[in-house]
Amino acid sequence: MASGKEIRTQISSIKNTQKITSAMEMVAASKMRKAQDRMELGKPYAQRIRAVIGHIALATPEYSHVFFEVRPVKRVGYIVVSTDRGLCGGLNTNTFRLAMSTMKQNFDSGMEVDLCAIGAKAVGFFKNFGGNVLASKRNIGEAPSAIDVVGVVKVMLDKFEAGELDEVHVIGNKFVNTMTQTPVVEQLLPLQASEDESFKGYWDYLYEPDAQALLDGLLDRYVESQVYQAVVENNSCEQAARMIAMKSATENAGDLIDGLQLAYNKARQAAITQELSEIVGGASAV
Amino acid sequence: MATTFQCDIVSAEKNIFSGTVEMMVATGALGDLGIVPGHAPLLTALIPGPVKLVLEGGEEQIFYVSGGFLEVQPTITTLLADTALRANDMDEAAASQAVEDAEKAIENRHADFDYSAAATQLAEAAAKLRAIRQLKR
Repeated sequence: MASGKEIRTQISSIKNTQKITSAMEMVAASKMRKAQDRMELGKPYAQRIRAVIGHIALATPEYSHVFFEVRPVKRVGYIVVSTDRGLCGGLNTNTFRLAMSTMKQNFDSGMEVDLCAIGAKAVGFFKNFGGNVLASKRNIGEAPSAIDVVGVVKVMLDKFEAGELDEVHVIGNKFVNTMTQTPVVEQLLPLQASEDESFKGYWDYLYEPDAQALLDGLLDRYVESQVYQAVVENNSCEQAARMIAMKSATENAGDLIDGLQLAYNKARQAAITQELSEIVGGASAV
Repeated sequence: MATTFQCDIVSAEKNIFSGTVEMMVATGALGDLGIVPGHAPLLTALIPGPVKLVLEGGEEQIFYVSGGFLEVQPTITTLLADTALRANDMDEAAASQAVEDAEKAIENRHADFDYSAAATQLAEAAAKLRAIRQLKR
């Protein structure tokens, strides 16, 4: 059994770790609130623009944009959204696992895969694992701005326009609630029609100024807003996951300290008992 | 026939307005547009300018939009704004100051002067002012 002093140093070192994890938990909790606000504020825009695009896909436009073109799929592009920092539980691991299994399905059916990594963890992961990474972006920070994602998104859009990619998907985490975040794959390109059948038919918009300029601008805006929303949502997931991870780390540290404290008390008791019996033994010998 | 339609104004940062309106007047790229229920499907780019809504019952609300897109369907209209503000949140003095500054900047330009940026700034400031004046009338 370890001596009293050893146990005492162990306890104090775990207490220090506990202080750190509980501070991180509180920091993550406050950051999560801000990240969640950011996510909620951006949601209406992302939803509305998605509905508008859905309507456009159902119309019979005079100018058909390349983003609506459905081609036989030979090469798929994935934009993988991850966090910049670790210590957030299984969040990134789950994302990468989903990315790997989707990519495996693609490989099995003879497709090729191109990647685009957002967040330092995804950049690191695909560097180790391999994979054809076309573009990467790290250090997005806690308040991502739309400009941060425009660059990487453009790489994918250009590839799609040039016909080198036939589909583009985004893989990121969906914020269900504070306890649950699920990784999802969402199709970005080709654009999908709205499920609202009432808009189907042979109609077209009136365009002002002209269809091409308008759709080019609108579709670029759309794709950027979807990716931006994915990044913002992943950011809230990161903070929530970190908060939960740090909370359980703090609790585990508490359990460890309790156990060690018991062991320490026992060791101390044993030492006292031994000393006493030695004294009594010594006295009776005299 | 319906006398109102659903109108949603959203900007990238937040939901600005959502409700039923009788009429909407927006500043399109090719001129002002008046939208009433049953309008033909229309898609247009917007330039900086005021957006007027006539709510059910005749009450008017004015917003300022710095550009974006407008989608019109017979029963629903969606305005995707770059930035949108309620006109009564804006300050007239600050807006007219901004117009003056922008005009001055264009007058005394230097060699490394970015004309298009200054022109955009001027257009935005003037549009803001227009929105405020419209609100006062």
